[in-house]
Amino acid sequence: MSAVLPPASERSDAGTLGMWLFLAGELLFFGGLFAGYAIGRLHSPAGFAAAGVRTDLLLGTLNTAVLLTSSFVIAIAADAAAAHRARAAVLGFAGAALLGLVFVAVKAVEYRGEWHEGLFPGPGFSMRDAPQGAELFFMWYFSATALHALHLVIGMLMASGCALAQGLRAPAWLRALDAHAVALYWHFVDVVWIFLFPAIYLVAPRA
Amino acid sequence: MSYLCDGHSLRSWLLTTDHKRIAILYALAITAFFFVGGAAATMIRLELTTPAGDLVSDDAYNKLFTAHGVIMVWLFLIPSIPSVIGNFVLPLMIGARDLAFPRLNLLSWYLYMAGGLIVLAALALGGVDTGWTFYTPYSTMFSNSFVSLTLFGIFVTGLSSIATGINFIVTVHALRVPGLGWFRLPLFVWAHYATSIILVLATPVLAITLLLVAAERLFQIGVFDPAHGGDPLLFQHLFWFYSHPAVYIMVLPAMGVVSEIIPCFARKRIFGYRFMAYAILAIASVGFLVWGHHMFVSGQSPTANLLFSLLSFLVAVPSAIKVFNWTATLYKGSIRFDAPMLYALGFVGLFTIGGLTGLFLASIALDVHLTDTYFVVAHFHYIMVGGSVMAFFAGLHFWWPKVVGKHYPERLGRAAAVLVFFGFNLTFFPQYLLGVAGMPRRYHAYPPEFQVLNVLSSAGASILAVGYLLPLLYLGWSLRHGRPSGANPWGATGLEWQTASPPPTHNFEQPPEAPQDVYGYTPEIGARFGR
Repeated sequence: MSAVLPPASERSDAGTLGMWLFLAGELLFFGGLFAGYAIGRLHSPAGFAAAGVRTDLLLGTLNTAVLLTSSFVIAIAADAAAAHRARAAVLGFAGAALLGLVFVAVKAVEYRGEWHEGLFPGPGFSMRDAPQGAELFFMWYFSATALHALHLVIGMLMASGCALAQGLRAPAWLRALDAHAVALYWHFVDVVWIFLFPAIYLVAPRA
Repeated sequence: MSYLCDGHSLRSWLLTTDHKRIAILYALAITAFFFVGGAAATMIRLELTTPAGDLVSDDAYNKLFTAHGVIMVWLFLIPSIPSVIGNFVLPLMIGARDLAFPRLNLLSWYLYMAGGLIVLAALALGGVDTGWTFYTPYSTMFSNSFVSLTLFGIFVTGLSSIATGINFIVTVHALRVPGLGWFRLPLFVWAHYATSIILVLATPVLAITLLLVAAERLFQIGVFDPAHGGDPLLFQHLFWFYSHPAVYIMVLPAMGVVSEIIPCFARKRIFGYRFMAYAILAIASVGFLVWGHHMFVSGQSPTANLLFSLLSFLVAVPSAIKVFNWTATLYKGSIRFDAPMLYALGFVGLFTIGGLTGLFLASIALDVHLTDTYFVVAHFHYIMVGGSVMAFFAGLHFWWPKVVGKHYPERLGRAAAVLVFFGFNLTFFPQYLLGVAGMPRRYHAYPPEFQVLNVLSSAGASILAVGYLLPLLYLGWSLRHGRPSGANPWGATGLEWQTASPPPTHNFEQPPEAPQDVYGYTPEIGARFGR
C-alpha cells in the first residue's frame, strides 16, 4: 500500500517549501496594497502628510515592539519543537499567540481613538479642511491594518494549534501542523508590519 | 483495486483525498459551468443575428456577456486543464502516489465550488453588467448590479487556484520517482510547473485588487477614485498584472497536453526537448511583463507603450519555437489521425492564427485602430477557445481510456473534432473581419452592413455547440458500453501508461522505474497498436 510513499524527510521539506511559495504569493498580495499607497502619496503628498501626523505614534511603536518580541519567541518555539523539547515549544507558541493578542488589543484601542476623533472615512470624517488625500490615507490605513490584523489572527490560531499539538493526546490532524512553516508565516506577518509602520507613522514630519 | 471501485458511497467521493477522484469532481463541476457559460454565449449569438437589439434589452445584454466572461475565464478555463487533467495525470507522470498535500487538494475543490456557487448566486439575483474586466470607475461608482458579491466569488476561487499551484510545485520538487531528473520530465509536467508559478504569484494581485474595488464600493472612498487623490488607471495596471499572465495560465497547460499527444501519434521523439522546456519558462516569465499592452489607449506614457509593445513581441519568440518544434516533430513521422491528434493539430493551427493576430494588437499604431473592436474578441477566442479548449478536448480523449478504462467511439470522436474545428473557424474568423471594419465589441445592436458576417458567426456557433455536445453524449455512453482499453492503448511512453487503466487507488502496484527516455517513440511501436 505504501509502495510509492516518499521518505519522511521529503515530506517535512514539502511543508516548508509550500509555505515559502504561499508567502511569495502573499508578498504580491501586499505589494498591490503598497502600490495603492505609493500612487496616493505621489498624487497628494500634502494630504498624506496632514493625515499621517494624526496617527498614534506611541501605540504604533508599542505594537512594533510587541510584534518583534513575538517573532523572537516563536523562533525559539520552532527550534524547541524541532528538538522535541515539548515544554519550551508549548511556552513559545503560546507566548507568541498571546503577544499577538496584545497587538490586536492595542490596535483595537487605537481604532477606538481614531473613530472618536472622526478619522474614519465617510460622512463623519472630521478632516474636511485638510488637503486632498487625507481621507484616502485613512481609507488605506484602515484597509491595510485590518488585512494585516486578519493575517495575524490566522497566525495566532496556527500558533495555538502548534502549542496544543505538543500534547500527548493531540489529534493527528493537529500534529500535522508544521511548526517550522507556522513560524515562517509568523515572521512574514511581522515583516509586513515592519513596512506598514514607517509608511503609516513615520513618513510625515511631526512637530 | 481500481480507484473507481474503492468505495461507492457519496461520502467516499466528497471526502476523498485521492487526486484522481478530486480530478473527477473538478471535471463534473467545470462541465456544468462550461454549459452555463455556453448558454450565455448562445443568447449573445442569437441577439447578434439581427442588427436591431430585439431579443434582449441592452442591460440584459451587458449582463449576458459579463456572465459569459466571468464563468468561462474563472470557472472553466483557469481550472480546466490543470485541475482536471493535471490533477489526474501529473502525479502518475512522475511516479508519485498522490500530490504533496492531498487534503489541500480537496480543500481547493471546495473553495472552487464555494466561489463558483457565489458567482452563480450573484447571477441569479440579478447579474453583473461591468464586463469581466470590472473597470473602474464604472464598477466602483456607477454600476447598480451585484458587483461585490461576484468579486467575492472570484476571490474565493482565487484561493483555490493558489492552493492548486502550491500543491503542483511542491509535488514536482519533492515527489518525483528516484532518477527522474528535471530534463527527463514530460513537457506536460514542465508546463504545469510554470503555470503553477503564475497561479501562485499572479492570483494574489487579483485578490487584493478585487478587495480594493469592493472596499471602494462599500465606503465610496478608495485608491481608484480620482476625487480623493486615487487613480483609476491603477486598477487597470493591477487587473492586467494578473489577467495577462492568466492567459498563460490557460494556454501553457494546453501546450503541455499537445506536447504529449503529437509525439505519440507521430511516433517520434519531440523535437528540441530542452528548447521546449526553456520556451515554457520564457513564456511564463516574460508574460509577467507585458500587461501594459492592454492599456495602449488608456493614456499611459508613450515610453511605457513602447516598452510593453517590445516585450509583447518578445513573447512571440518562445511561442514560435514551440509551434516550429511541434511541426518539426511531425516531419517524417508515421502519423495517425485519431481524435486526440485531430484536436492537437487543430490547436497548433488555431494557436498560430491567434498568436499572429496578437502581434497585430501588440503594434501600438494598429492597436489604436483595433482596440475594443471584434478583432480583439476574435484574437483572444482563437487563443482561449481555439487553443485552450481544443487542447482540453485533446487531453480528455487522450487520457479518457486511462481515467475510465474504456475506449470512446473513435469515429464519433473524429467527427466531433472536425465539427469543432470548422464550427470554431466559422464562428470567429468573421469576427476578425468585423473588427477590421470597425464593429465595436459589447454592443447589442449594430449597423445593417455588419449583418452578413454576424449571421455567419452565429451559424458557426451552432455547429460549435453540436461539436461540444457530442462528446458529452458519447463519452457518457462509453462509460458503460465502451471497449475495455487496457493499460496502454496508444502505445505511449509516459509513466502514467505503465499502470492499469483505471489506475489502482495508490497509482502503482510496484514502484515504477524512471524511464530512460520519456519520448522514446519509434515507428515500430506504432505498428503494434493498429486497430
